[in-house]
Amino acid sequence: MPDKIRISLTVNGVGHDVLVEPRMLLVDFLRDELQLTGTHAGCEQGVCGACTVLLDGETTRSCLLFAAQLDGSSVRTVESLARPDGSLHPIQRAFTENHGLQCGFCTPGMLMAACELLEHTPLPEPEDVKDALSGNLCRCTGYQNIVRSVCAAGRVLATAENGSHPASETAETTGASA
Amino acid sequence: MSTVEHEATTDVGPGSSGRRWIGTNVPRKEDPKLLTGRAGYIGDLTVPGMLHAAVLRSPHAHARIRAVDTSAARALPGVVAVLTGEEALHHVNPMTSFCAEPVPQHAIAVDRVRYPGEAVAAVAATDRYIAEDACALIEVDYEVLPPLVDPVEAMDPGAVKVHETLDSNVVFHRSIDFGEVEADFTRADHVIRRRARWHRMGAQPIETAGAICSYDPFTHDMTVWSNTNFYNFLPWSFAGMLGVANNRLRMIPCPVGGSFGSKHLINKVISIAGSLTKAAGCPVKFLEDRLDNIAANDNVGCDRSYDAELAVSDQGEFLSLRMKIVDDYGAYFQFAHGQHGNALAQPTGPYRIGSVGYDLSAVLTNKVQQGFFRGAGADPGNFILERLVDAAAEELGIDRVELRRRNFIQPDRFPFTVPTGNVYDSGNYEPVLDRALELAGLESWQAEKERMRQQGRYLGIGLATCQERTGYSASEWWILYDKPPLPATSTPESVKLDVDATGNVRVAIGCPLWGNSPETVVSQVVAEEFGIDPAAVSVGYADSTSGALSAGPGGSRVTIMLSGAARGAAGTIRAKMQRIAAHAMEIDVADVECVDGTFQAKGVPSTAMSMADVAMRAHLFMHDNPAGEASGLVETFTYDHPFSSPPTADRKDMGAFYPMVSHACHIPIVEVDPETGAVTVLKYYVVNDSGTLVNPALVEGQVVGGIVQGIGAALMEEYIYDADGALGTPSFREYLLPSMHEAPEVIVEHRETPSPFTEYGVKGVGEGGRLVAPTAIASAIDDALKPLGVWIDELPMTPERVVEAVASAADRMVTG
Ligand code: FES
Ligand code: FES
Repeated sequence: MPDKIRISLTVNGVGHDVLVEPRMLLVDFLRDELQLTGTHAGCEQGVCGACTVLLDGETTRSCLLFAAQLDGSSVRTVESLARPDGSLHPIQRAFTENHGLQCGFCTPGMLMAACELLEHTPLPEPEDVKDALSGNLCRCTGYQNIVRSVCAAGRVLATAENGSHPASETAETTGASA
Repeated sequence: MSTVEHEATTDVGPGSSGRRWIGTNVPRKEDPKLLTGRAGYIGDLTVPGMLHAAVLRSPHAHARIRAVDTSAARALPGVVAVLTGEEALHHVNPMTSFCAEPVPQHAIAVDRVRYPGEAVAAVAATDRYIAEDACALIEVDYEVLPPLVDPVEAMDPGAVKVHETLDSNVVFHRSIDFGEVEADFTRADHVIRRRARWHRMGAQPIETAGAICSYDPFTHDMTVWSNTNFYNFLPWSFAGMLGVANNRLRMIPCPVGGSFGSKHLINKVISIAGSLTKAAGCPVKFLEDRLDNIAANDNVGCDRSYDAELAVSDQGEFLSLRMKIVDDYGAYFQFAHGQHGNALAQPTGPYRIGSVGYDLSAVLTNKVQQGFFRGAGADPGNFILERLVDAAAEELGIDRVELRRRNFIQPDRFPFTVPTGNVYDSGNYEPVLDRALELAGLESWQAEKERMRQQGRYLGIGLATCQERTGYSASEWWILYDKPPLPATSTPESVKLDVDATGNVRVAIGCPLWGNSPETVVSQVVAEEFGIDPAAVSVGYADSTSGALSAGPGGSRVTIMLSGAARGAAGTIRAKMQRIAAHAMEIDVADVECVDGTFQAKGVPSTAMSMADVAMRAHLFMHDNPAGEASGLVETFTYDHPFSSPPTADRKDMGAFYPMVSHACHIPIVEVDPETGAVTVLKYYVVNDSGTLVNPALVEGQVVGGIVQGIGAALMEEYIYDADGALGTPSFREYLLPSMHEAPEVIVEHRETPSPFTEYGVKGVGEGGRLVAPTAIASAIDDALKPLGVWIDELPMTPERVVEAVASAADRMVTG
């Protein structure tokens, strides 16, 4: 077994200085070493998108990277979205208000992909969402409500003053809010 | 988009009886943990001292195992245990099977592998990487045997046998007439004949199956964490398989990252983790990777060829339906012919058809065995029936809408018994059809079709009117046996409800979270019964030591059954609280009502006692309560199937076993490119009737999700085995799932014809989308390519098959 490699990286704002095995995948590093199990593995070959995280702000499939490649990087996972006080990120709220998830297994990947999209395209049309998120598979929802959720989140974030935790509703007119 | 139209036929249905929570889009209780990555799926769980397992799989479809050399694997640092199939039998028993035939199945193959990907050895090591390294060091000496890939060849008496314990690869054959089939065909003016083919597809949840097993060799206790469904239905069957006493087994559920029928048992992963924990002496986790799941789990649906006939009168009246089916079950017969029990619950769809002839040959081949996949065998059943109806429309020159109308069961005929003996509880089909036609705006699509034809493009308008049988009693698994291994079950479902001393309601349910919304449903029911806010109800999951009975989600049953159980438990506790409140108020119990979470003298809000007031008395102050009233407010309520009956001895009447029947009309609009074979679904309209809706937004979610799976079934999903029996679709690169680009806009409307059998009139809805969409898309492709003489008789219609169908239609036109 080759020697372990020392890396320094930031995950969700927390610095880590660690030794990793050269062959350890980023997804396993996050889940097994840091216990950040919100990032899921559905295929481990880059097809399903469940393992999507933000690497230096860009969506990345964490099953296709070795942790050892990430010295000096900054990673964001789904665990960074909600606040410790229990308030959801506007994108998460939009997903619940528009019933954009069922089993939830694809959801962290969808949320992270939506984060990147809304960064570049604050008010996406459904077609923009489909282009940006079509590499993320969902077997439950049929996607319609995911597209709605992302569009709704864009509207909320665009009208919010600080863009992070706006108070207004994100439900589409026929969505899942009571 | 979702709107709801209520039937005014009975007093059930939101609004009509002043319900406050049933029928509203209460926010989903399950979401926060799922959205924040805190769900605790099986893959997320860790137990101290836990090892990780990996499995070595057969590259061959069919081979004798001459020898397995595990010495190099055992010598690898970090490896704690290695098991071959034979060694595993020191720790576990063969897996549970529900068939009557001698088809034993082991989680790790013994002597012989019977499908590509079957497990040959398993390793437990300190991490998964090492376990996989160790698998690569295991050497297996195989004697390769001829693979059986084609079920028709496998039926040949001279064919090599998949199981030497059987006389033939036809593991089950039965031909049975329900009603006067011969006579009905004799008096028919027309017999419509079609062949059809439904290929092998799989559930493919994004989360694979997994289990952590932890065995204590001193107490013989076995604890299992897993994403199985049947921990509260058949825990004793797992105990038998794991070789422990049932009262030593504790099975703990996890949220499930999708199942669609594929995780009812997951015996293989539980058995492998269970044998390894016994061998290693510490907890072992086995979580399938994608290859494990696709190649070897209980993922696979039906694989059928149909030879079918519909007897029709000159007026277009359907008289009888007769079919001969060859179903390729793969290498084992785990759930017996349950997939046909499902089809026989609704073989005649929404139509009056007097008799049904059913001839089934279940054939074993060298492929992974069938499990259950959303629709569970009724999916191809709907396909063949709707294709015959469209064929009849064409041959008789009757409009396909008109022909359906003429044959619909009329609303005054319910409860309606179909020829197999199953009962349809209620229905009103024409308004569903009418509304769907209106919703789709067919005239403008017709105009669009004409316009596109001018440009040489092919637009098709699909139509399907189908049933969704919901709420099973599991006799469907063995209903065709003369001597069933088990009697009919009432598939009970329990909840435990308690009101604590401060008046808060907590419910423990016996079923897992499978991507549906059991917490939300239960909280809505409890809120309805006590007049409290559903957000205030806490819902948790009871493990297998709780005594809860639960068949869990499957057969579109769980909302029906949970509603019944939760209402029953709430009603019992509410009645007790009423008695205590009446005693405190010194009035008759009949004069107390429960309003908005308080108990008051009828019509006198000033007398109201809060839930907390009553609950504290109930918990601690027995002397202030009515004599004989035991302390505490806890109730375990078990709701048995509300309407089922056993089959007759000759099986000519299967009894009522799937009687809550939903209905839907689907109208998809597609464009087909005959050159490339590409089919694009442009738009999709649905009117759905699943009885009383508990939460319309969640129902819409189930319908839309099922439709997109159905589009997968219609256009792309298929297990492909080559002539050598090798699996050509072992990953999501080859087994294609619909992505966002294949998902059309779906417009859903609901009508509500309540069930007279269930609490609130609820029917099931979980499978409906996938039960109807494949045949609806087939009819749309057909409609598009009608000018080219194409008839769709096979699913999925991959681009290659569309091109082929166009070419062979052209040949027919030239030669014919
Ligand atoms: S797990 Fe990384 S793309 Fe599927
Ligand atoms: S919500 Fe289940 S896979 Fe997307």
